[in-house]
Amino acid sequence: MTTSETQSALPVSGRERGLITAVLPLVVVLAGSILIGIALGPTPVPLPETVRYLVAAITGGSVDAGEASGYAIIWQVRTPRVLLAAVVGAGLSVVGVAIQATVRNALADPFILGVSSGASVGASAVVSFGLFAGLGVYALSTAALLGALGASALVYLAARGKSGLTPLRLVLTGVALAYGFQALMSAIVFFAPFSDSARTVLFWLMGSLGSATWSSLPLAAATVALATVLLLRNCRALDVLALGDETAAGLGMDATAVRKRLFLFTAIVTGCLVAVSGAVGFVGLVIPHLVRLLVGANHRRVLTLAPLIGAIFLVWVDLASRTLFAPRELPLGVITALIGVPVFITLLRRRGYLFGGR
Amino acid sequence: MSIAFDAVSVRLAGAELVHDLNVKAEEGEVLGFVGPNGSGKSTALRCVYRALRPSGGAVLLDGTDLAVLDPRTSARSIAAVPQESGNDLDFTVAEVVELGRFPHHRGNRPMTAEERAVRDEAMLRADVAHLADRGVLSLSGGERQRVVLARAFAQRPRVLVLDEPTNHLDIHHQLQLLRQLRAESLTVLIAMHDLNLAAATCDRLAVLARGTVLHLGPPAEVLTPEVINEAFGVTPSVVHHPRTGVPQLHYDI
Repeated sequence: MTTSETQSALPVSGRERGLITAVLPLVVVLAGSILIGIALGPTPVPLPETVRYLVAAITGGSVDAGEASGYAIIWQVRTPRVLLAAVVGAGLSVVGVAIQATVRNALADPFILGVSSGASVGASAVVSFGLFAGLGVYALSTAALLGALGASALVYLAARGKSGLTPLRLVLTGVALAYGFQALMSAIVFFAPFSDSARTVLFWLMGSLGSATWSSLPLAAATVALATVLLLRNCRALDVLALGDETAAGLGMDATAVRKRLFLFTAIVTGCLVAVSGAVGFVGLVIPHLVRLLVGANHRRVLTLAPLIGAIFLVWVDLASRTLFAPRELPLGVITALIGVPVFITLLRRRGYLFGGR
Repeated sequence: MSIAFDAVSVRLAGAELVHDLNVKAEEGEVLGFVGPNGSGKSTALRCVYRALRPSGGAVLLDGTDLAVLDPRTSARSIAAVPQESGNDLDFTVAEVVELGRFPHHRGNRPMTAEERAVRDEAMLRADVAHLADRGVLSLSGGERQRVVLARAFAQRPRVLVLDEPTNHLDIHHQLQLLRQLRAESLTVLIAMHDLNLAAATCDRLAVLARGTVLHLGPPAEVLTPEVINEAFGVTPSVVHHPRTGVPQLHYDI
């Protein structure tokens, strides 16, 4: 036993130790990034003040009357926004990992299956025609979530066939239907009675955390936490799925059944994220690859680090979006695309990343 | 453990790929499937490792219909080396071989020391231990094939199903693999194109054509010019190996 222990200790156990030593610094970096994200903005608040406000808010302490506006900016505006950035970044990264395993395509991202364009149909209907007006501030989120789930259901039904749910058909159906949804959204915006709706829809489509409030945080955070835990508990199934359906069958796993569950699961999580932040592109594509470059393909390691790195990434992207051209805000998608497009093309050109996984 | 095809038929997309297939591999036997392209070799084997479900008849593992077994349960007894499947992700060799333990434990528990020992032994047997830390995408076709074989060994099966396993291998590794199959006490189902290697390796050969067994028997009985002509439409000259006496086929162009 001891000999086999020492023999095999090198490749796997060494990496396990590396995993733990990687998580701790990342948590520290994330906490620091969140703090900086809260302190900085169009009107920066010095770091000690920021910490004092946060402590006061969390412990129920008080601040001077003269500091009330600074306190409100920190606690009511920036804190929920930065936390939501972390949650959305973590969520998109985790879902990106799951969807790449589901469709066995390294170039897939959470929006490849038509989720975001479906959500945008719902959102544009709200913005343009005041759909769901009875729901008040939740109208946009609700419509986006319904649009996302409806689109996923359509993609699922259209992609389903006799031989199960094959990855390539899933991807192609998603891409094809996404064009349809985009056309529908354009039509809605074109016929919209309100002239500024195009701008609102566009801004939302590119992703924004501008409407973040404390109330939008719990559901998104719970969904992302649950998603991460569930995926981590099934990380070996993701490994097996990545090896192909024949191999999965030989190892006693029904790939089609697992893929169906993963599809439903990613659709719900992505829908929730899109509902609170719009369609923030490229995070779910780039972060999984970045993490794999660091720790290899094993899903246990990837799923442990991806949410942390994704959270850090989006906190900084959001900070850039609201400070670079302050007081105007850049859509998040503009910044993620600046980083994401070159990475995507580099990946595409690398040998081994063949489309369709074959 | 024995594997029996009991009147197995497979229909896919309107075509009957396998029709009323009856053949049984006894415990410890190496049973070869030979036949022209499209004769149903792979389809039959896919029913054994449960990538396909027969549309008629049953595959029996020691007399038990596979269909009533949980896939994970049967995967503890039956391991597969399928034809190459695409993989986009750069797992290390050790990680891929480790996944052979998948049917044996639930969920997310880390590998125990015993399981790591099983993995390491499997890598040694398939001659890939020196590649343990290499990414699979950087390997040659033959090396990858041996990794898949190591994964099947790590499954600790009683039945091994191999679909054209020698395709990408050099002659050294072809012979090494086939010798290994003979040396193990496994029940082996193997589809092969090379009839001479099949004759040297298998206890019995099933010659398939149009989805059903044309002839079944020891290589010396089955590999005759008449049978080969019936199945493949070519007529070889049959000689016997000077040392082993195994029939060997020669062709003229």
